[in-house]
Amino acid sequence: MHAALRALTAHGTPDEAAIVSFLRASKFPLIAADGVTFVYSGDAESVHLRCWISGLAAAQPLERIDGTSLWARHLELPPGSRLEYKFERRTQGKSELILDPLNPVQAADPFGANSVCQAYGYVRPDWTLDDPQARHGTLEELQVSSTALGGQRRALVYLPARFRRTRRYPLLIVHDGEDYLRFASLRTVLDNLIHRLEIAPLIVACTHSPDRLREYAGYEPHARFIVEELLQSLRVQFPLEDTPDTRGLMGASFGGVASLYTAWRYPGMFGRLLLQSGSFAFSDFGEHKRGAVFDPVVKFVNQFRAAPGLPTERAYVSCGIYESLIYENRSILPLLRDRGIEVRYEEARDAHNWENWRDRQRAGLSWLFPGPLWMVYE
Amino acid sequence: MSSVSLLGPQFRTPNLRGVVAALGLQGPFVSISAGWQEREGELDELRAHLDADVHDLRIYERSERVFEQDTVLRGEHRQRQSDLQEMRELYQLQLTHAKDTARELFERDGSPALLRRARRQAIAALHRLDHAHLAAISTIHREFAARTNLPDRPAVASAAAQIGRYVQQANAVFIAGGHVAVLLNRLRLLGGAALFADKPVVAWSAGAMALTDVVALFHDSPPQGRSNVEVFDAGLCLVNRVIVLPHAATRLHLDDAARVRILARRFAPARCLTLDTGAELQFSDGHFLSGTGSRRLRRDGSLAEVDT
Repeated sequence: MHAALRALTAHGTPDEAAIVSFLRASKFPLIAADGVTFVYSGDAESVHLRCWISGLAAAQPLERIDGTSLWARHLELPPGSRLEYKFERRTQGKSELILDPLNPVQAADPFGANSVCQAYGYVRPDWTLDDPQARHGTLEELQVSSTALGGQRRALVYLPARFRRTRRYPLLIVHDGEDYLRFASLRTVLDNLIHRLEIAPLIVACTHSPDRLREYAGYEPHARFIVEELLQSLRVQFPLEDTPDTRGLMGASFGGVASLYTAWRYPGMFGRLLLQSGSFAFSDFGEHKRGAVFDPVVKFVNQFRAAPGLPTERAYVSCGIYESLIYENRSILPLLRDRGIEVRYEEARDAHNWENWRDRQRAGLSWLFPGPLWMVYE
Repeated sequence: MSSVSLLGPQFRTPNLRGVVAALGLQGPFVSISAGWQEREGELDELRAHLDADVHDLRIYERSERVFEQDTVLRGEHRQRQSDLQEMRELYQLQLTHAKDTARELFERDGSPALLRRARRQAIAALHRLDHAHLAAISTIHREFAARTNLPDRPAVASAAAQIGRYVQQANAVFIAGGHVAVLLNRLRLLGGAALFADKPVVAWSAGAMALTDVVALFHDSPPQGRSNVEVFDAGLCLVNRVIVLPHAATRLHLDDAARVRILARRFAPARCLTLDTGAELQFSDGHFLSGTGSRRLRRDGSLAEVDT
C-alpha cells in the first residue's frame, strides 16, 4: 500500500474531511518505486482493476477500506512501466467498465480510451510532444484506384517540412497509418525527429484498411495493392529515391503481419521494416489457440518460418513485455538474423497499445532511416 | 585578412542583422549557402531579416556543373571521398577505445599523482590520434591537388572567376550553416579562403565551423551509435586554434564535468567555444577580439562566459 494511503488509515477509519483532503492532495493512481496503488472513491458492490497484461489476472479486485467509500489495490510494477486500464464497477447488480475518475491521464485508441498508469520512472519522451521550434510537415490526400482490393483506397501522405520536388526522398508506407497519426503522434514524431536531424526527411504514406483483420492477415491482394498500386501511384506523384534501402514498411499488431507478409511476397522491394508488436502467431504442431481470425496469420507465419527468404535488409522489431505476443516476437528474431538481416530489437515495460508504439518510434525510425545528425549544423 | 564573425544558429531568433549593423556593414552582400544543398539560394528569410538584398554565389550548383563538365575531376573527387570515408571509419574505431579509456580514467578514484599521469597519457593518446588523422587527411588533399591541379582546370577556373566578380562587388560575405562536409568540400573545390577576397565574413553554424582550422563533429546523445566527438577535417583556417560548437546546448552534455574536461584538454591549446542561438565571436586577422553569448569549455570541467 502506498504511504499516503497508509497515513490516511493509520489511526483507524478516516473521517469524510480527511478523505476529501486526501483525494484533493494526491495524484492517482498513487505511484511509488515499488509499485502503484489504484484508488476508487464511491459506492459500489465491487470494483475491479481491468488491465491487459499478459501474466496477470485480467480482473483484480480492489478492496474497500473499512468504514469508507474508498477502494484500493496495490500492484507491484517495475520502474519505467506503462499500463492502460479501466475499472469494472458493479452497482445494483450491473457491471460497467469505466475510466478511472481520479486519473486525468488517458490514452485514446480506435475503441475509445483507457486510463493510463505511468509507473515510477516512466517519462513520456519529449520528442513525442509538440516542439514549437520544429518545422512542420504537411499531409496530402492520395486516392488510389485498386483492382487488387476493389474500389478506391485513400492514403494520407506526409511530406516533410521544406519538401522540394527537386530532391528525392525515402519512402515509408505505414499500415493503420491514420491510427498512428491519431493515437501515436506520428506526425509530431516525424516533425521532431526530422527537425532534430535524427531521421532523414522522408515521405510517409499512411494507409488505412476498412477490413484490417482480413486484409492484414497474410492476404495476397493486400500485398499486391501495396506494391503494384499504391507504390506505383506514389512513384508517379512524389520524388522518391526508389531503391530498396530507401523503401520501408511499418505496422503494429496485424499491421506488422501485413508489413512482413508484403515484404516476404516481394523480396528485394522493401529494404526497411519497422514491426511493432507483430501478431506473429504460429503453431509448431497442433492447433493454435488464438481464434479463427488468426487462422490466415498462423498459416502465413508457419510458411514464413519454414522458408523466410530474404524479405528485407534491415529491421526494427519491438514488443511490450506485458503482451501475450512477446514470445512470438522473440521467436521471429533468429529467423531474421539467420538470413543476415540487420535487426534491432527492443522490449518495453508496456503492452499492446498505441502509446507503446509511439514511444518506440525514435529508435525504429532512426535505425532504418538515419538522419544527417553528425554532418548538419544549421 | 579582414574581420570574421562567427555566429550561432540563425533559425527562429537570428542575430545576423544586429551583428551586421554593429560592424557597420552595408550592402551589397553575397552569400554562400552550399551547405543547404538542394535548398541553396532560398534566401527569402535571410533577406527579410536583413531587409537587404543578398546575392547567393550558388557554390553548390556551380560545383555540380563543374563535375558535369569535367568528368575526370568528378572521378578523382569520388575516389578522394571514398578514401576519406574509409579513413574516417578506421579513425572512429580507434577513437572509441581511446575515448572510453580517457572517460574511465577521468571518472575513476585513486591516488591523485598516479591518476594525473594516467589521465595525461590518455589525453595525449587522443591528441596523437586526432593529429595523425588530420595529417593523413592533409596528405590525401595534397595528393588530390597535385593530381588535379584545380586552378588550371577550365571548368573550375571559369566558376571561380564568376564567383570572384560577385565577391569583388560585395561589401561582405555571409556563410550559412547546413551540411558542413558539403560546404567545406565545395568551397575547397572552387578556391577555398581565396574566394572571400579579404572581405568581411559573417558565418554561422556549419559556416563558422568551416572557417576554423579544425572541424570537429559532435553529438552526445544520438539515437543510434556512439557519441564520440571526432575530428573531421581541417577547415579554411581563417580562424585558428578555435573549435566552435554550434547547438552545444542541445548537442552536448555540458553539465557533465568529466566530458567537458576531456574535451577542453583534448583540443588544447585550441579553445572549445559554444555557438548557441544569439552567440557571436569576433576575430581580426585570425585573432580573437571579443565574444558574447558564447561559453568556453575549461580544463577543470566548468564553463566560462566568453567576453574578451
